[in-house]
This record gives sequence, C-alpha cells and structure tokens, in this order.
Amino acid sequence: MKKMKITPDKYENELLQIKKISSEMVNDCMQCGKCTAGCPATLEMDLLPHQIIRYLQLGQFHKVIESKTIWSCASCFTCAARCPRGVDLAKLMEAIRLISLRKKGNNRLNVEDVSQLMTDQKMPQQAIVSALRKYSK
Amino acid sequence: MQGGIKLRKIGVFVCWCGSNIAATVDVEQVVQEANKMSGVAYAADYQYMCSEIGQNMMKDAILKHNLDRVVIAACSPRMHEGTFRRAAEESGINPYLVEIANIREQCSWVHKDKKAGTEKAIALTRAAVAKVTLNTELIPGEIDVVKKALIIGGGIAGIQAALDIADAGYKVDIVEKTPSIGGRMAQLDKTFPTLDCSACILTPKMVDAARHPNITLHTYSEVEKISGYVGNFNVSIKKKARYVDMDKCTGCRICTEKCPSKKAKSEFEEGLKNRGAVYIPFAQAVPNVPVIDTDECIKLKTGKCGLCEKLCPSGAIDFNQKDEMITEEYGAIVVASGYDIIDLDKFGEYQYDHPDVITSLEFERITNAAGPTNGKFVRPSDGEKPKKVVFVQCVGSRDKTERGKSYCSKICCMYTAKHSMLIKEKYPDIEAYVFYIDVRTPGKNFDEFQRRAVEKYGVQYIKGMVGKIFPEGKKLMVHGVDTMSGETLVIDADMVVLAAATKAKSDAVDLKRKLNISTDINNFFTEAHPKLRPVETASAGIYLAGACQGPKDIPETVAQSSAAAAKVIGLLNKSKLVNNPCVSAVDESLCSGCLACTEMCPYDAISFKNIEIDDHGQKIKKVVADVNEALCHGCGGCTVTCRPGAIDLKGFTNKQILAEVDAICR
Repeated sequence: MKKMKITPDKYENELLQIKKISSEMVNDCMQCGKCTAGCPATLEMDLLPHQIIRYLQLGQFHKVIESKTIWSCASCFTCAARCPRGVDLAKLMEAIRLISLRKKGNNRLNVEDVSQLMTDQKMPQQAIVSALRKYSK
Repeated sequence: MQGGIKLRKIGVFVCWCGSNIAATVDVEQVVQEANKMSGVAYAADYQYMCSEIGQNMMKDAILKHNLDRVVIAACSPRMHEGTFRRAAEESGINPYLVEIANIREQCSWVHKDKKAGTEKAIALTRAAVAKVTLNTELIPGEIDVVKKALIIGGGIAGIQAALDIADAGYKVDIVEKTPSIGGRMAQLDKTFPTLDCSACILTPKMVDAARHPNITLHTYSEVEKISGYVGNFNVSIKKKARYVDMDKCTGCRICTEKCPSKKAKSEFEEGLKNRGAVYIPFAQAVPNVPVIDTDECIKLKTGKCGLCEKLCPSGAIDFNQKDEMITEEYGAIVVASGYDIIDLDKFGEYQYDHPDVITSLEFERITNAAGPTNGKFVRPSDGEKPKKVVFVQCVGSRDKTERGKSYCSKICCMYTAKHSMLIKEKYPDIEAYVFYIDVRTPGKNFDEFQRRAVEKYGVQYIKGMVGKIFPEGKKLMVHGVDTMSGETLVIDADMVVLAAATKAKSDAVDLKRKLNISTDINNFFTEAHPKLRPVETASAGIYLAGACQGPKDIPETVAQSSAAAAKVIGLLNKSKLVNNPCVSAVDESLCSGCLACTEMCPYDAISFKNIEIDDHGQKIKKVVADVNEALCHGCGGCTVTCRPGAIDLKGFTNKQILAEVDAICR
C-alpha cells in the first residue's frame, strides 16, 4: 500500500466548493461509523460512507471524486437522520457529484443512453427522470 | 504642594508586576502624574506590590505620610483586593478605603503601544483616586448561623455528605423523594473497577445514616419552598402520605405480599418486575417501611379492599394519613439530587421496544442476585440463556442533535466493560460484542480494567456504531460497522444492551428555581468556578454533590460529597458570618415607596416597612423599601431602578461612579 500524502492546500478550492454547496462541516464528524452501519447501499460502494468523510477531513479529494461510492449513494438520507453530530452526509455526496458533473463532458448518464438501460419494464418513469437529474448536468 | 486642595491624604502605589505591566506602561510616569492628582499625598512604584516587601512598603508609607486612603494600580481586584485591604487594615485604615486601578488585565495585557498604555494607566489611576476620595468607612455586619444542614437527595452523594457532616457534630436532614434512601447505587449489581458488590458497600452506609443520632431522614418527601440566605435558610418540606405509620410498622411485609393489586411496574427493578400497590422498593430499603401507591391502591381508588389494613399485625396501615408540610431552618444546603437516563423513544433503529433490547440499568437488575431473574442471566422475552450479547455504547451520548446529549456520559465505557466481564465470568460460552466510538477510561485502574475485558475475557470490541437492528425470529440482527477494518458486519444477537446517555433529573429546573441557583445548557447544576470552586454554587451556603452537577462515577461522587461536607462543616463551624458591607441602603427621606426595587431585585433582598416621619411637626406614616443586608449581593440593580434616587450601593455610590467617569473623561 502506498503511503498517503497529506497536502492540505492541494484541493483547497474543491473542499471550499463542497462546503459552499452542501453547507456541511466535515470536521463535525467524529468517525463513529453510524452512517456506514445504517447505509443500505454499502454493498455497491468501494469506499464506505464514513471513509468518504474521513478522506475529506484529510484533504484527499481525489480519492473521493474517483470513488464509485458517490454514485452508489441513493440519497435516502438515513445517514443524515441518524448522525449523532448532525452531519448531512447525503448533502456532501450530492455536492461531490455536482462538482464532478460540472466538469465538461462529465455527465454520468446521457439521455441517449436511457433507452438501452430500460431493460427493466417495471422501472417507474419518475425514477428515470430523477436519475437523469442526479447524474447529468 | 503637588496641586489641588488637600482634602484627603491619598497614597498611590503603582505595581510593575515584573514586566507584565512595566513592559507596556511607563510606571514612573504614572507615579509622576499621580503625584499631581488632587488629594494624593504620596506616590511610589514597586516591582511586586503584592509581595511582602511591597506590602510593607505600603504600610510604612501609610504610617510615615499619615495616609488615610490608598490606591493600588496593579492587577485585577479579583486577584489581590483582599491582600491590600488586609494590609491597609493592619496599618489602621478601614479596608474599604482601598481602591484598585486595574492596569494589568484592563490595560497592559490588552495593549501593545507603550505610550497609549501609559495614558490609559494614568486615566485608570485618576479614576480610582477620584473614587477613593469619596469612599467611606464600611463595617461588615454579622449574621447568626443555624447549626444544621439540609441534604437534598438520599443517594450515595447525599448519604456520604450527611455522614461526614453528622460525624463532625452537626445535625443533618436528608430529604429523599422516593420511599427509600440508596438512589441509583442501590440498583447496581457490581461496581467498577474492583467489582465489589454495590449493595455490600452501600447498605452499611444507608444503615449508618438511619442510625446516626445527628441524621434525620425525610423519605418520600420533597422540598417545596426555600427562602432565607446563607446561615439561615427556611425550608418547607412536603412529607407525602405513606398511609403506613412509621412508628407502628415492624417491616414484616405481610401487606406487600398479600396486596391483590400487582399491576404497577417496580421503579427499582426498572419495570422488569411488578410490585404491589403497597410496597417496599427493595429488600434493604431504609426505612424498612412500605408506602401505598395512591394510583394503584384499590381501597384508595374504589373504597373496597383494605386487605392490608385487616392483615397488618401491628395496625400500622392508616388510610386517613394526609400529606404533611413541615418547616425547618438550616445553615447550609447540599444538593445531591442525582441523574436519570434519557428516554430512547427517538432511537427507533435500536428497537428498544423489543423485550430483548434493554438498557444498561436494566442489565444491572437482570444480573443482580436479588433482581427479577434472581441473578440468572436470561432473555426477558422467553427466559432462555442468550448465546450472543451485543453492547452498544454512546446511545445518545456525544450526540449533538435533538435526539441526544452533546456530552460524554463518562460512566458507560467502564460499566459496559464491567457488564461484558460479568457475563464472561459467569458464562464463558456466551459471546460478547461491544460497539464503541472511543474507549474513554481515565481513572485509577480504569484502563487496566477495560483492557482485561479484551485480553483476559475475549470480549470483542468493535470500533464503530450500530446502524440498525432487525428482529428476525428469535434473533436480533445487529447491523454495524468496524471502522478500523473498513467492513460492515451483521451479528445475530440474542440480546442487545444499550448504554443510554445520562441526563439531568427532569425536575432539576424546578429545584434550581426554588434554590435560586443556576444550571448549564444540559440542566446540570453549575458550580461557582469550574476548577477552583467545584462544589460551591454561586449562591452562598448552597453546595453540590454527585451527578446532579454533571456525569460522575461513584468514586468521584463520594469525593465531591466529602468536599461539599467539608465546606458545610467550615460554614457551620463559624459562630457568626460576616457579610459583605457593599450592600444597598435606602435613604428613607427620599424613598417614595413605589417599591420598583423590590420587583427588580434578583435575590428577594428588598421588602418594605412602614415608618413614621416628622414633617415639620406633623407625623406622617409612609411605606419605604427595606433592604435585608444578609440577602443583598450588591449587584446594584435597585440603584438604577430607583426613580427618586433614594437607594444607593455602599462602596459604589452613584456619586463615586460619576466621579470615576468624570476623572476618565477629564
């Protein structure tokens, strides 16, 4: 395993942007892991929810933005409802997603691709529309 | 002649405080300027005025120059006002003719520029000189001390404080709300870190308290009203009707066994067992006399039954008893009202409504030999022995949201380690898991104790929280995370024990208002100083002991109780109390009797009286405000409320304050 380098200034802008979009303070988190313990989507994640915050606390924005986790988050807000420190992790996830999507050509889901994804006929239309909203600019 | 008319002979002493003051203030210039001030007969500076040499320098100058008042330009009066007042008194000057100009905290420490700092120091000194010119000699009054203490709460804190005070030879009354003394500690099974049985070390103390010739117990009683002041508190105590004659009852328990009403949940057993309408909370209760629960008693509700009355061999049952109000006088009060644990209604994810999910306090009862299961560790749902037990710490502790409490409850890490070891000691085949955020075990032999759970007993400590619990058949599926390995996990537990956060008693706010003391944001009573006056409240004569002041374990509680007792003994030992002479005084000729001051006074120190005045030969009756000097704290609120300007604070009269302001603005 590589040794982690802590470079607080490297992603200063990105971290500031996350704070601006979400208005959440990552340092409020005490790493109890309650978010992870209650998260219904951890099976699909490469980083666990509490690890996302931990990497943000350590300024490791690149690890967070490259992770699958931010796209697996279902925005169910279970973590936010139960966090003992009042940190809304779902908002943080959304902020990180937005930062990624705002980069040109970074859409996670394109309208043209939707028809190919529609293999499940029972999928409600509403879910598709909200997925487009969540994964595209 | 150094300028001005010499009405007074004031000495000004400027302190360097090493370099604390001298680095930012030109002390020599302050002395030069002071010499020019009106009324100043002598001025000097010295490196450390508070040192013995400095004090002697002041004393010598007083005698040599015949000074009649003194200004010390030095640190805050909170530091050394007392020191210089005593020194002045030793040289024959009334201590209230000493003024302090604070040129350290309010000048040198907050300024960098020496010129500006020096100017400000001169202004502050000038203000102090202006004020001291108008100071008058004040003589403190004396008040008597009632040689008796009141303890509110009969848990280990109250019992310990009572025993210490009683052993010193003073009378003590304990007022306890429940039918027996003993408190939370009586409910506990073993105590950390030595694992001695709680009852074995507590019950002898309970009996000592009951038998002590200097201690009177008022159980099943509540403090209703408190008035008065340090040394002379007047307290009304409501003794609730027990419906059992304390003198006649022999404690045979025929009534409690035969009572046909068995629906009430036992408070002592944390609701895990029912009790009768007539009941003794627990086997070692002190006093060993039952009470009748008015909400449950069939006779009191419907008029029928009365079985206990018929069966009682000593005729002790008395359905005609009424609540009784008694009034007592005390010199000091110790508040030892204890703590509660939070309700878990808001923590749905832990399934507390499931019978096999219990609190740690319920665990104490289940594992206790005298408890509802006679010490057999079984599941409440089916009475079977569990195979896997999961402990969850920090349930509501360190929780900033409205669900919990932001503080660390302090005792949970230790009692959870204790619980896990108690299980493992009795039943090595049971698996024990502890979910924790941080293990916090500072204290003598505490960390060694917790590590023993891991190293000797093989308790699995998992750093992480539980997210949800789903009942599945007879099992409780506990979904958690191990943050260290970064893996989520599920445990098929048979029982879950929740370390619910501690909280202040729900009636703490009520008691605070009665006592006129303060509480913090979490409703724990506030000590007078977090470090240096930890057992005193801001109200003189009222002290704190135990968890009513903040989460505390037994060793800390006992230590604080003995400390509070020492304070009480010190107070009761005085034949007279000296009160602060800087209190309000009413000029009766000016007072219009509007009594706005009585409304304003936060200490209820002002009342009114009728006087007769001679107005050019005509006798006129009028109402005037009347200050109780023992109650007055000298806050000055009344002086600004008074429209005719009839009330003034001694030592801080309106004239003195204005003189200071004038001097600064000059």
